Amino acid sequence: MAIFAMERLALKWAFKKPVTSRYPFEPRVPLPHSRGKLEMPTPTCIHCKICEKKCPTDAITVDRAKKTWVIDRLRCISCGACVENCPKDSLTLSEMHNGPVVTRDREFAAAVVIADKPSPPKV
Amino acid sequence: MATTIIPFGPQHPVLPEPVHLDLVVEDEKVVEARPSIGFIHRGLERLAEKKEYQEFVYVAERICGICSFIHGQTYCQAIEEIMKIPVPPRAQYLRTIWGELSRLHSHLLWLGLMADGMGFESLFMHAWRIREKVLNIIEATTGGRVIFGSCKIGGVRRDIDPDTMKTLLAQIDDINKDMHEIVNVFLSDRSVKARLVGVGTLTKDEAYDLGCVGPMLRASGVSQDMRSLGYAAFNEIKVEPIVRTAGDSYARCEVRCGELFQSVNIIRQAAAKIPPGEIAVKVTGKPTGESITRTEQPRGEVVYYVKANGAMNLQRFRVRTPTFANLPALLKVLQGCDLADVPMLVLTIDPCISCTER
Repeated sequence: MAIFAMERLALKWAFKKPVTSRYPFEPRVPLPHSRGKLEMPTPTCIHCKICEKKCPTDAITVDRAKKTWVIDRLRCISCGACVENCPKDSLTLSEMHNGPVVTRDREFAAAVVIADKPSPPKV
Repeated sequence: MATTIIPFGPQHPVLPEPVHLDLVVEDEKVVEARPSIGFIHRGLERLAEKKEYQEFVYVAERICGICSFIHGQTYCQAIEEIMKIPVPPRAQYLRTIWGELSRLHSHLLWLGLMADGMGFESLFMHAWRIREKVLNIIEATTGGRVIFGSCKIGGVRRDIDPDTMKTLLAQIDDINKDMHEIVNVFLSDRSVKARLVGVGTLTKDEAYDLGCVGPMLRASGVSQDMRSLGYAAFNEIKVEPIVRTAGDSYARCEVRCGELFQSVNIIRQAAAKIPPGEIAVKVTGKPTGESITRTEQPRGEVVYYVKANGAMNLQRFRVRTPTFANLPALLKVLQGCDLADVPMLVLTIDPCISCTER
């Protein structure tokens, strides 16, 4: 049975730095392998529609004819099902969290048209 | 004496989630409590009939925000039982480790909420400071903080490599040391004891008859823990239920404090015994049949009933969550208690309403 347990705990922490980080002076460093924002597909995407099929929330829409890949950020739950099943490894989850989506009228938050052939890397 | 009805909830400082109680009060004593639930019903059981059975793991995990991993694990176990999928032993051990981590963070959350409920703000901060360390381990190993997303039918989706496991064990040692400090306060501080000892006593027979589960049942002297059924890696890691006989709020606090160190012990054992090998098997086909699976959540026993008829979607899905089983006992302990003790008593069952209403 401890005597003055809380007093000792309080005294110990009275002389320590706060455990919370000093945001915004110290930005949060994301932990490695954290499931954050789903990045746009790389040009290796072949529009196979597997990500669309595997997405549990139907956030991804792929049009094979128009070669578009569209994601609804408000639906995406960053589960990583699309990343796991992508046959060309063109999808990745970044470690940073998705930024706020403030308007509903931009429901399809991002759309990219991917060229048939990958563009040459910029020097 | 004239009675007054005082509404408690659905919005109240001690309630993170909405439940409503009509408290029939005579002077300062509660003579009866009438509950009403259903504020956050989401119809997830019906959703099972529309989602593919493999995709439904994501939904099952989101039944509850705090015991999310064990919900997903129980659902996977139910489907694996129907489809007779042999889950690799490494996956079973990983599930055990993550399940115990989720118990750690849930119990630390509860300890913090209880300290907050009785107005002990600094203790609340300390409990949640430690919980944050557990959440960091969870995020580093699974990728999510409270929604782990690491369980799938046939195994798990992520492995813990040996280096990460070493770091994890070092962090667990650190957390264990911190937990000793705050558990000392919870179990010996005069003001905590004044709020908990002898409040809301439930006898062994009452707890059993009212169908209590989890820490609520074990605090009343019934030794029942679903981990002794031997699911996941619990057939090789033996768990002795932590039992107290007093049956009051203090006993419930003692049980949960004891379970913190028990979970740490299980994580260490699992990390020592974890075999190398595959973490998942490929799952093909569609389930046919029905099964009932029971596992031990931080709040108590959860029961999953799954029925499938060979289609991609399940035919019927039913969950009996621990809070639902503990509600009759809550109404029992509220009878005759002081009005000022009501928030504490509601907290001692560790209410998780979004589980209850699904």
